[in-house]
Amino acid sequence: MGGTDGLAGRVAVEGLVKRFGPVNAVDHVSLEVSSGEFLALLGPSGSGKTTILMSIAGFEFPDAGRILIGQEEVTWTPPNRRNLGMVFQRYTLFPHMSVLENIAFPLKMRGVGRAEREERARAALATVRLGEMGGRRPAQLSGGQQQRVAIARAIVYQPRVLLMDEPLSALDKNLREEMQIEIKHLQQRIGITVIFVTHDQTEALTMADRIAVLDHGRLQQLGTPRDLYEAPQTAFVAGFIGETNFCEGQLAQAAASGESVTVALTGGGSLPAIAAEALPAGGRIKVALRPERLRVLPATAEGTTARVAEAIYAGNATTLMLEGAFGQPLRARIPAGAGLHEPRPGETVRLAWQAADARAFRA
Amino acid sequence: MSAARTHNRAGRMALNAAAYAVTVFLLLPTLIIAPMSVGPERLLSFPPKGFSLRWYAAYFEDSDWLRATLFSAEAGLISAVCATLIGTMLALALVRGRLPGKGFIELLVIGPVIVPHIALAVAMFLVFEQLRLTGTLLGFAMAHTVLALPFVVFTVLAALYRFDVDLERAALSCGAGPIRAFRHVTLPLIAPGLVSAALFAFIISFDEAVVSFFISDLDRKTLPRKMFEDIDFNISPTLAAVATMLTALTILALLLGYGLKRSLERRARAAGTAPDPGP
Amino acid sequence: MSARRPSRFRLGGRRYSPAASLALAAPFLLLVAIIFILPLATLLHESLFVPAPTTEHYARAFAEPVYLRVMLRTLRIAALVTALALLLAWPMAWVMSRSRGLGLALLAAAVLLPLWTSVLVRTYAWMVLLQRNGVVNQLLQQLGLTEAPIRLLYTEGAVVLAMAHVLLPFMVLPIYSALKGIPEDYPRAAQMLGASPWATFREVIWPLALPGVTSGCLMVFLLALGFFVTPALIGGPQQMMIATLVSQQVREMLDWPFAGALVGILLVFVLALTLLFKRAVRLDRFVGSA
Repeated sequence: MGGTDGLAGRVAVEGLVKRFGPVNAVDHVSLEVSSGEFLALLGPSGSGKTTILMSIAGFEFPDAGRILIGQEEVTWTPPNRRNLGMVFQRYTLFPHMSVLENIAFPLKMRGVGRAEREERARAALATVRLGEMGGRRPAQLSGGQQQRVAIARAIVYQPRVLLMDEPLSALDKNLREEMQIEIKHLQQRIGITVIFVTHDQTEALTMADRIAVLDHGRLQQLGTPRDLYEAPQTAFVAGFIGETNFCEGQLAQAAASGESVTVALTGGGSLPAIAAEALPAGGRIKVALRPERLRVLPATAEGTTARVAEAIYAGNATTLMLEGAFGQPLRARIPAGAGLHEPRPGETVRLAWQAADARAFRA
Repeated sequence: MSAARTHNRAGRMALNAAAYAVTVFLLLPTLIIAPMSVGPERLLSFPPKGFSLRWYAAYFEDSDWLRATLFSAEAGLISAVCATLIGTMLALALVRGRLPGKGFIELLVIGPVIVPHIALAVAMFLVFEQLRLTGTLLGFAMAHTVLALPFVVFTVLAALYRFDVDLERAALSCGAGPIRAFRHVTLPLIAPGLVSAALFAFIISFDEAVVSFFISDLDRKTLPRKMFEDIDFNISPTLAAVATMLTALTILALLLGYGLKRSLERRARAAGTAPDPGP
Repeated sequence: MSARRPSRFRLGGRRYSPAASLALAAPFLLLVAIIFILPLATLLHESLFVPAPTTEHYARAFAEPVYLRVMLRTLRIAALVTALALLLAWPMAWVMSRSRGLGLALLAAAVLLPLWTSVLVRTYAWMVLLQRNGVVNQLLQQLGLTEAPIRLLYTEGAVVLAMAHVLLPFMVLPIYSALKGIPEDYPRAAQMLGASPWATFREVIWPLALPGVTSGCLMVFLLALGFFVTPALIGGPQQMMIATLVSQQVREMLDWPFAGALVGILLVFVLALTLLFKRAVRLDRFVGSA
């Protein structure tokens, strides 16, 4: 289909700035998506992710920067001439048209003849596995079905790029997980470029080839799901993706990114860590330690001493609330069924971890 | 416990009784005219002393009444079309435009409602003489359009606020230009609101009495003005027939409007365009 | 005007330019300028500049006892009508807000039908009912309450009653929409927390209904102040209100400057009230409900 050959499905955002009054909703963001790639824009509300998507779609015009689709600059092109597919947060099916009429609408707008329109709409409907539903009204479909029709409508004219604005947020949890896989498979099958906005990190990790994490209009990190989880480059990314213990402290000397450092903790003691970014001398530091990377050992072993304040059993894992280590509360997670030591509340334990799992950031 | 429940139930029954008493108070004076209008005697009475349609015949045989009715219908239709058109344009500008002096325009919109009709009527009487608009269809259409506009604007505003703008964006992303997006998506979905607005405008014009009282002339007058004259001179039984027909027409118009709106809404019902929950 | 404005309109990239917006508003502005602003301005000009710049017409309205009495009567009747309408509207609005299905349809019809029935028809109905040999007098005699027919028309009581009837929908609808917005769990929660029914009403329901009550009272009071048809026909010259006085000055005395002054006084009053309670003027309550 449309976009697998070379550069046709490439999207580039260059130095994008968008202000709403005094607020920089998007602050000098640049990113590039290659043909056939699935990119997630991930961030909390107000991070600018939707504004970036709306600028690519043409519903917002930037205050600075350029947007390119394929080789062509489209910064000022109206949305109806960008030939992009878009799926909105609410289903936004036209309620006064049947399902088939909805899907045929973009073809009608492109002057495609009636017979071909119907044939292609039916094919698109089959692609999203709703072959029988063409004659119904949108209101007669379930939420999941409506969203699949919206996807069919967005791909029926074979756009190079499909934009999705939190398309699954209106669905309940089970259906959402099912649709995540289905959209991913569909994207791989037709080889379309997808830019997908979400605030749900699990969704982004599950679906995307690469994730752009945004906060306060700034691009924090752009990388594969594994990069973001294993090697976050800012404290925000470390805290936003997955769960993390932050230990605050200070650093005597400056350190370059990747260097081993020893952080003097505010709560007393010191902690060896890897600098995740360039760190200034004397600056305040946060060390991130993931709960599941802490190894919890019996009191007789070597390591940092801590006391178990609480143990929360959650089926696949047990979370321990620990006190007394580094002068602040910590969480540790012990997977179930691995035959690991599961201490009881009140017990004293020792903690150990790999030096590479403690990452130091600017606070 | 049970004492409290009895107390509660007594209170609820008293409220219900009061509400239904008020309902009767609201409806009875208008509805009691209907049986009285079919009485054969000059003196209206309830219950009627017999059955006769002579007062209805009197209406249909009097060219003065018929001319006034026709004139009102013409003014009503023109006002409904103009007010809906002008009001919809303004509502679009208010909701989606960047309108300089918006606060002032909003005040102008409610103006014809808060300014007493007597003030407007007398003022128009003064100016219409000079503009040669007194007793003309154009004069009535313009005056009634102004009086109906606040209701039209508010009705259309409500429809536009209920409309999910993402639907129009979806149409644009499907390749429709702004005009085709409006025609194929926005317009069909706000149509129920426009129908209500037009109906309101027609009824307002058709029933309007105060301005009509002042800007009519001897041979071009609206139905309410004609009624006003007749009431002032003598409470003639023909009026009872006219009042009954007008009430029936109002019921019919409300039912028609409700049915039309429902059927348009049924077509338009789905995500994003909630039908309004009013009675 | 309306407070609820989804932010998506502000976010939307499809806002019309100022020029396009103005073009859309132009027919409205033009019409309102000719048919609304120009006539009122001309009339007020009469009151202030004819024959020469003067305030004498305004002074006259307050100096002569006849006119002062009319203005005071207008205020009194408007206040009484508002109070009576509130009294009648409350139970109706309350029961409506707690009804469903057929009951609600009946009550709603009872409010909407009068709202959209000609004021003349309803006033005429009252005249028929209240006249010397009318239904009310017959009823009173049959019940033995009076010997001979009593005069009901052309009394202040008749004016207040008929005006309250005509204006009642404008009171019921805003109160209804305020009451409907109160979830049934609120009074339940109050009672669980120990409030008596009266305390629940006073502490929970009344404060939450207040915007609707204010809106209804304002609408009824404003409309009553300038009401013409009903007072003119039911009150007659004996119970003259300001609107009838204006009409008389224009049609019988041909005293345009004085009529202009009376209109000016009325407008100042109405505008002051409107600006004072700006947020209470909500037409959507009346149009959204049919």
